[in-house]
Amino acid sequence: MSGHVRHLYVHLPFCAHRCGYCDFVTVVGREGQHGRYVDALLAELELERRLLAGSVETVFLGGGTPTFTEAGSLARLLGALPPAAEVTVEANPETVTPELARTLREAGVNRISLGAQSFQPDLLRVLERRAQPDVVRRAFYYLRDASFDNISLDLLHGIPGQGTAALELDISQALALGPEHISYYELEAKPGTRFAHAHGAELERQAEAMEGYFDVVVERLTGAGYRWYETANFCVAPEQADGRDLRAQHNLAYWLGREYLGLGIGAVSTVGSERRRNTPRLAAYIAALARGEAPDREVEALDEATLARERVMLGLRLDGGLPFAAAESSVDVSALDRLERLGLATLRADRDGPTTLVLTPRGRRLGGAVTVDLLA
Amino acid sequence: MDLERIRNFSIIAHIDHGKSTLADRILELTKTVTGREMRAQVLDSMELERERGITIKAQAVRVTWKGHELNLIDTPGHVDFTYEVSRALQACEGAVLVVDAAQGIEAQTVANAYLAIENDLELLPVANKIDLPQADADGAARELADLVGDTPEHVVRVSAKTGEGVEAVLDAIVERIPSPSGDPEAPPRALVFDSSYDQYRGVVAFVRVVDGAFRAREDVLAMAQGTRFETEEVGFFSPTMKAADSLGAGEVGYVVTGLKDVAKLRVGDTLTSQANPASEPLPGYKDVKPMVFAALFPTDSDEYPQLRDALERLRLNDASLSYEPETSQALGFGFRCGFLGLLHMEIVRERLEREFDLDLLVTAPTVAYKVTTPTGELVEVHNPADMPPERERVDEPYVRASIVVPKDGVGQVMELCNDRRGRFDHMEYPSPERVLLIYELPLAEIVFDFYDQLKSRTSGYAGFDYDFAGFREGELVRLDVLVGGEPVDALSLVLHRDEAYARGRLLVDRLREEIPRQMFDVPVQAAIGSRIIARETIKAKRKDVLAKCYGGDITRKRKLLERQKAGKRRMKQVGAVEVPQEAFLAVLNLDDGKK
Repeated sequence: MSGHVRHLYVHLPFCAHRCGYCDFVTVVGREGQHGRYVDALLAELELERRLLAGSVETVFLGGGTPTFTEAGSLARLLGALPPAAEVTVEANPETVTPELARTLREAGVNRISLGAQSFQPDLLRVLERRAQPDVVRRAFYYLRDASFDNISLDLLHGIPGQGTAALELDISQALALGPEHISYYELEAKPGTRFAHAHGAELERQAEAMEGYFDVVVERLTGAGYRWYETANFCVAPEQADGRDLRAQHNLAYWLGREYLGLGIGAVSTVGSERRRNTPRLAAYIAALARGEAPDREVEALDEATLARERVMLGLRLDGGLPFAAAESSVDVSALDRLERLGLATLRADRDGPTTLVLTPRGRRLGGAVTVDLLA
Repeated sequence: MDLERIRNFSIIAHIDHGKSTLADRILELTKTVTGREMRAQVLDSMELERERGITIKAQAVRVTWKGHELNLIDTPGHVDFTYEVSRALQACEGAVLVVDAAQGIEAQTVANAYLAIENDLELLPVANKIDLPQADADGAARELADLVGDTPEHVVRVSAKTGEGVEAVLDAIVERIPSPSGDPEAPPRALVFDSSYDQYRGVVAFVRVVDGAFRAREDVLAMAQGTRFETEEVGFFSPTMKAADSLGAGEVGYVVTGLKDVAKLRVGDTLTSQANPASEPLPGYKDVKPMVFAALFPTDSDEYPQLRDALERLRLNDASLSYEPETSQALGFGFRCGFLGLLHMEIVRERLEREFDLDLLVTAPTVAYKVTTPTGELVEVHNPADMPPERERVDEPYVRASIVVPKDGVGQVMELCNDRRGRFDHMEYPSPERVLLIYELPLAEIVFDFYDQLKSRTSGYAGFDYDFAGFREGELVRLDVLVGGEPVDALSLVLHRDEAYARGRLLVDRLREEIPRQMFDVPVQAAIGSRIIARETIKAKRKDVLAKCYGGDITRKRKLLERQKAGKRRMKQVGAVEVPQEAFLAVLNLDDGKK
């Protein structure tokens, strides 16, 4: 018997070093445990396999630094995962070698998300990244050499000390590589983190200037022919890519409110009316699965209203918006009216199709505030 | 009791000059209680009060001295409070004016003395604390004599602490304070000078009987309000409640009314008999008119009913507190309250917040303006938002301010008074080190931050009090604040034309700092009529996005948005602009920031 879930996330937490700004579940060191962790992942996959549909659309290996995982274990994992139309692996530039690129490609991986963050040496240092700009570029070439034709660059804006010139330079240098996809996030200095402590004052000083950085990113990338399809994500438009849809299909599944299964420590699944998060503790996770038991999980029940609100919150991040019918129950109509008058949101009646609720470009720049306003 | 043998008096003093100690000593000396008993009795009665939830306190204690009945009428509650003093003085023929011989007269001494003189009371000056090594009894006596127009020899010198001289005070009360006038045979009349509420016995009125007599189980009429009730008990405090057969002309005591509705009996009303009613209510108790106004809004709009109930309760003990509902588009439902003065306002606000656990937003205090319209109509305006656009003239209340200041602070204080449109009246030198300045000042200038400024310019040494000096014409304008083009009613002000620019600028600047950026540009303006005198723009946000939102983040991001949504609901809406409560608070407390 098979289930309905068509999107699979696998968390590989290991890192050589934890960067100051990182707030993902990561594990530094413990090289000896990579194999046992992969055993546990595969055991969890077996426990949950009944949830997966006969054919899986996307698989995403995130981290941590998935490519830091010991090569044999990584290959074993990839070999055991179900085949999918899009298989993405996150990679840190300094871990990418020609061999690794080849291994990944041969194991069925067809998309790489490369954590570049910046091309400026001083900013990379602030971020505590190990790769220098040349290493980022070289990793990109290795991947191209291994015939990866769908590479995403992860970049950050709002790095302490980043001026407008440095931002412009980052964008130019990223564009020069011709990636199919770019994720451009604003750096979040989570209060209380080592990073916020070290750079909080600097960030505050720069706050006003940095408010314009998002605009610069959007303008430069769309000007270069990228489609601004999600708040922080851009891809080469289909007309410039032989009609290929280069949006990150796995992430798109999140934004469309689809079901997904997450494996590994800290991994989240949303299936039916339940969202659950695995324990973030490595030892506990491995031990449970070694006993053939599911790991400890936090479970959150999601009622229809909550799911509907999430669909609005997520759907408004997309350039296509979301069907109004799906949003109507959770939207404050008077707020919508006001936002339409302010030119921030609009109801678009497509020919014959359903009416969609979509934010205008300016509305998307204020997406957080607009969403808060819209939600009933 | 024969009228000739009754004396009704109060003790008035600057704070900490020894009023309570003198009262205690009088109770002991007259054997009303011994020291030990007093403590025991007071404790007992407090326990009883706690058990029964009674809040009655002795407002007038009856003592006996050499065959005379002396009623010591407390100046209730907060001693630092002119208007309450004035209310108690209505029931007296004389007042003991106490001055700390180590301190000399203070601003409050002066203001209280003026008040007593205006009420035709016989003043009995007393220099207290003569036991202190630094006391200067002669100096204090000279200052007091100057103040009340008497000779220093007439000033009684005492130490309330040791008891020295207290007998002389009692003798002087009998000798120098006149006995009450009144007609024991006339239809009964009594002045309600204070009241309290007991959850079991209802409203308890504190009265000064002028004519006739009152007994228990008698049908009584409150003449001003027309309220009818049967007295459940009459009596006096000695020092606890003691029921009596009757309260006769000239006597002071309490009447248990049984009334459950606090609004039915107001302080200042005249009680008479239903069977044998007086034809006229008592003269002389002039209705004190509120002079300072401010609107009170509950921070949480759900607390409006609690605020209404609390005001009703306060009003029982405080006839001078007036209020009427007010609706502000920015602040919701509240009340515009009238107060006799600044302290009154502060105390009411504090009691509402402390005793009734309310969280309040209070608008900038304003005063009562008398506006003459071009058609010659005279309107009294209590709310800047009600100021008619067309005005022939506006009159504003002035006060006579008594300021006692160390002599090296005189320049600073005069400068402050001149800045506040003050008119110098005269200066006195009660002692070589201190100066008494008498100024006439617009009340509106005092309600802002005058007292704080005075304190800060004299390192806290200046004393200040005031009483009303009538209305005078002023060059006044109404200043409106507009946010996003919409006037914010609660922030309108009436002020002197010369101050409008500076204040408008201050308001606009502060609002610009306090109102968070919106999704569109928000102009913040200060205007006189249609003329904009200050303007700032809160620039629209350029970006407000949640950076990433993937599988694991969805719950967290949703909760973040929901928290923001909840925060938004607490915002006050001015047109399309969302203004946090804190922004109003910051502007309404503008003066706090200047200290």
